[in-house]
Amino acid sequence: MTATDTTPLVPSFDDDSGSGRRLAIICSKGNLDMAYPGLILANAAVGEGVETHLFFTFWGFDIITRATMAHLKLSFVGNTAMHPPGHSEIGIHHMLGALPGATAAATRMMKKQIADLDVPDVPEFLELLTASGVHLWACRMSADMNHVTEDDLYEGVEGVISASDFIELTEGAQLLFI
Amino acid sequence: MTTTTIAGHEVEVTDEGFLARPDDWSEDLAPELAALIGLRLDDEHWRLIRFLREDYAVQGETATLRRVSTQTGTPVKQLFALFPGKPAKKMAYVSGLPKPKGCV
Repeated sequence: MTATDTTPLVPSFDDDSGSGRRLAIICSKGNLDMAYPGLILANAAVGEGVETHLFFTFWGFDIITRATMAHLKLSFVGNTAMHPPGHSEIGIHHMLGALPGATAAATRMMKKQIADLDVPDVPEFLELLTASGVHLWACRMSADMNHVTEDDLYEGVEGVISASDFIELTEGAQLLFI
Repeated sequence: MTTTTIAGHEVEVTDEGFLARPDDWSEDLAPELAALIGLRLDDEHWRLIRFLREDYAVQGETATLRRVSTQTGTPVKQLFALFPGKPAKKMAYVSGLPKPKGCV
């Protein structure tokens, strides 16, 4: 259908900026394949002008801990969704993941696939997020459990806060638990 | 598809208002598109717009925010400052290109 109008049709980029939409994502897992969904969604949200907060807790703490963030791994033990790229019906038995070297090989493969898509590794991704204005928060209890302090964490983390602090500061936000 | 008039140019746009045909774009049109979304273009904007146009011609798809940043050496923070709120979409709009499809 073609219509002609003298008023230019313009995308409504800023119409929803005042809507107050906010997103809170809780990252609770530290496997390589469980780190990316939260990071990618946060990046997409902030790029749409949505105020975005990430809360790292339990195993998700590895994503923001300096000593571990560049070394997240993918294991296919217990992961029945493993198969070579492009051959969806040929599965790899997940118990093969228990063999020595299997985790390292699977991790290498996934890192390569991610890099081929020009998606940054975890430390660089955190830089991208903080530069874009995403807020990063670390869980107080996880810090205590792991015996780490703010100095052990990625510098873009704004604070080590309790679960109730996080719930308070994301009042009214849409919430995603990963 | 809808036909709309932007500064005397008649162009086809998508339902959202992005140019339907990147070939309809010209450097004369960019400042007009920018003005419609409240932007005034300076040299920094132009450097990015020209990159987006050239990259689209080669790649056949609109560069994502990260690609613009890494390929032009522009910090992401600056992209947000130049095209506030939704930088990837705003850059694509002013450059007369489709919305970027990539996730990152």
